[in-house]
Amino acid sequence: MSTIDQIVVEVVAIEQVAPMIKEFTLQPAEGQFTPFSAGAHVVVEMGEGEQRYRNAYSLMSDPNDNRQYQIAVRLQEESRGGSIYMHEQVAVGDQLKISPPANLFAPEWRAKKHILFAGGVGITPFLSYVPVMQQRGAEFELHYMYRSQQTGAYSAELTEQLGDRCCCYDADQSSRCDIAVVMADQPLGTHFYICGPESLIEAVQATADELGIPAGAIHWEEFAGAKPGQPFTVELSRSGVELAVAANKSVLETLEAADIDIPNLCRAGVCGQCVCDVSEGEIEHRDAYLSDAEKQSGQRMMPCVSRAAGERLVLDI
Amino acid sequence: MRVAPKEIQSFRDDFTYTNSASAIERFPFPFPEDEYRYSVNIEAHQPKGGEGSAFEHYIDVDEHYLSEMAERELVLKDMPNRCLVMPHMDLACWEMLERYMVSLAEDYPEHFKLTRDGDNWHWENKLLNIDDHFTFGDGATLPRPPLDYIGRQVQGDFALMDQREGNLFMDAGMVTCPADWSLAFDAGMSFDEWHGPVPMVKSEGIIERARKYLMALPVGQPVRRLNWTLTVNARMDTSTEKYNEWGHERTTITPENVSEKVYLRVEVQVLDRMPRSNAVTISIRTYLLSLEDLVTNKAWAVRMHRALKTLPEALIDYKGLTRFHGMAVDYLSQFDPAN
Repeated sequence: MSTIDQIVVEVVAIEQVAPMIKEFTLQPAEGQFTPFSAGAHVVVEMGEGEQRYRNAYSLMSDPNDNRQYQIAVRLQEESRGGSIYMHEQVAVGDQLKISPPANLFAPEWRAKKHILFAGGVGITPFLSYVPVMQQRGAEFELHYMYRSQQTGAYSAELTEQLGDRCCCYDADQSSRCDIAVVMADQPLGTHFYICGPESLIEAVQATADELGIPAGAIHWEEFAGAKPGQPFTVELSRSGVELAVAANKSVLETLEAADIDIPNLCRAGVCGQCVCDVSEGEIEHRDAYLSDAEKQSGQRMMPCVSRAAGERLVLDI
Repeated sequence: MRVAPKEIQSFRDDFTYTNSASAIERFPFPFPEDEYRYSVNIEAHQPKGGEGSAFEHYIDVDEHYLSEMAERELVLKDMPNRCLVMPHMDLACWEMLERYMVSLAEDYPEHFKLTRDGDNWHWENKLLNIDDHFTFGDGATLPRPPLDYIGRQVQGDFALMDQREGNLFMDAGMVTCPADWSLAFDAGMSFDEWHGPVPMVKSEGIIERARKYLMALPVGQPVRRLNWTLTVNARMDTSTEKYNEWGHERTTITPENVSEKVYLRVEVQVLDRMPRSNAVTISIRTYLLSLEDLVTNKAWAVRMHRALKTLPEALIDYKGLTRFHGMAVDYLSQFDPAN
C-alpha cells in the first residue's frame, strides 16, 4: 500500500460485540467500495502525528456486499496504542483512512475440505469465509475458541447459522478444543486454517507434524503486528538522514512519519513487501518472511516488525 | 477518428494482413530510449495519447478485430486446449468477463451493449452478431464457459493467475497468439517457474520484484507494460505447439525481403486484480508492424536501429532472432544519421 491509494471512510456504526471487542461498520466517504475476497484485510489509519497508527484488520462482512465493510477490534491493553485509540477515540461519524483490501489469507479453493480454527478475535477473517464457502457449497468446519469474559463475539449467531459445522469452546466455561481429535481422520486434501494467538498456531502445526499432514495444507494469520522494543537510530545511507526509532514505534512507522513511503501490505512481517537492504548494524529479526539464511546474512530486514539488536542500523534507502 | 474494424485478413498461409496509415500512426512503439535495457517498465493502465490512441481505453478494439477473432476461431478449432481453466478459477473467469463486458460497452457503445438486471444479463456484440441473455455466475446459461465465451470476443491472449503460497499460479487462460510459449506447458506453474527461461533477469532480482509488485496489486488499479520481439511474417500464432509450422520461416529472410517479412511484434500486457477471487488477470495484446511500415516514421526507424544494434547477445538468442538480426540491423542502419 502506498498512502496515495488510501480510501476515506466514515464510521457509521460501532457495536460492543464482546467485553473486549468492538465492531466498526465503515462506508466510503465518496464513491463505492469494491467487493473483496474471503480472508482479505485493510490497513486502517487513525489519529495524527505522534498519535497516528496504522493497523491491519480483517474484513469480516460478506465479501459480496460492497455497501459497507466491517472490522472488529480487540482492545489490546499492552499494545502500542492502535486498538486503544479505536476503542476510546473513534466515534460514529468520524472519518478514517483505509487501504484497498488485500489478501494474504485466502482459502485454498482446491482443498477437498476446510477446517477453520479461530482463537478469540481471530474469528474475523472466517466470518468472511463462511458466506463464500456456503455459496460455493464447500465442505467446512469452524472451531471457535474464546473466553466469554473477554471475547466470543458472534458465537450464538454462528451456532445458529452453521449448526454442527460450528463448534464453540469457551475457556471460561472450561470447554477446550482437542485439536488432535479434530485434525485426525480428516479426508485427504483437507486444508487447515488458523487465525489466533501464536500458541494456537504452534499447536496446530505440531499436531499436523505428528499426523503427517503436509505443511502446505496449514495456513495461518497472526493478528499481532509490531511489538515494542528498545529505541535505536536508523540511518538512511542514500540521503544521510538519521531517524530515531522510539521504543513503541516500528522502523516502518518511523520512515512513514518522515514521509518515506515503503510498499507494505500486512505490517506484520508476513507479506515481504517492505523488505529493506541493511548495510550496517545488527538486526533483531522478528518476521516470518525472510529465510533463515537471509536472516543470518544480516543484509535484509523487514522494517514493519524487526528492529536493531544494537543502537544503530544503516538502511540502503 | 477511431479506427473501425475492417474486413477479415489472414495471419497465416497467404498472410493478407496489412496496417492502414492510421493503424501505423497509433502503433504502440515500445522503445522509450535508444539503448535497449531489460526492465519491468510498469505504468498505471490509465488512458494515454488521446482519442484514437492504442491506450485510449481499458481494451483497445482496432481495425484488426474481425481478423483476430477469425484467427482465434481457427486456432481453437484445431487445438481446443489453447483455452484451459482449472475448476477453482471459475469465479475469476466470471469476474474477467464482467470487467471486459462492462468496459467494452462503456467505451464502444456503437459495437457492444450490456444490460444488467441483477444477475440477469443481456450482451450484444454487434461486430460478431452475438446476442445472448444469461445469468451471471451460471455457466449453464452461456453457450460456452465464461472465459471461452468472452475470450473469443476480445483481441489478445489472456491468462488468469491464482494467488496462494506466496506466489502466483497460471491456472487459467486462453492463448492463441503467443510469442513462442505454450499455455498447456505453463499451466499450473508458479510465476517463478514460467519465467525460468528468461535470461539475465535472475541475478538482477527482476522476477522477484515483479512478482511481489503483482502480488500487492490493488483492486481497481490496473497496470500495463510493453514487451516486444520480431516475428517472421504476420503470424499471430507463434506458439510452441506450432513451432514446426513457423520456426523454419526464420531461415527465409534475405537482405531483399527483410523489410517486408520481418515484423516488430509488440505486446501490451495489462495486469488487473479481480476483487472477489483475488486473481490477477493478464491480457497480452499483440500488435504487428512490418519494418517497411515502421520506417515510415523516421524517429521510430532510428530508435529501432539503435535498440536492435545494442541488444545483448543473450536476448537475441532468447527472442529467436539470431538468424536475421544482422540483416534487420543492416536494413535499418540506412535510416540512422549516426551511421
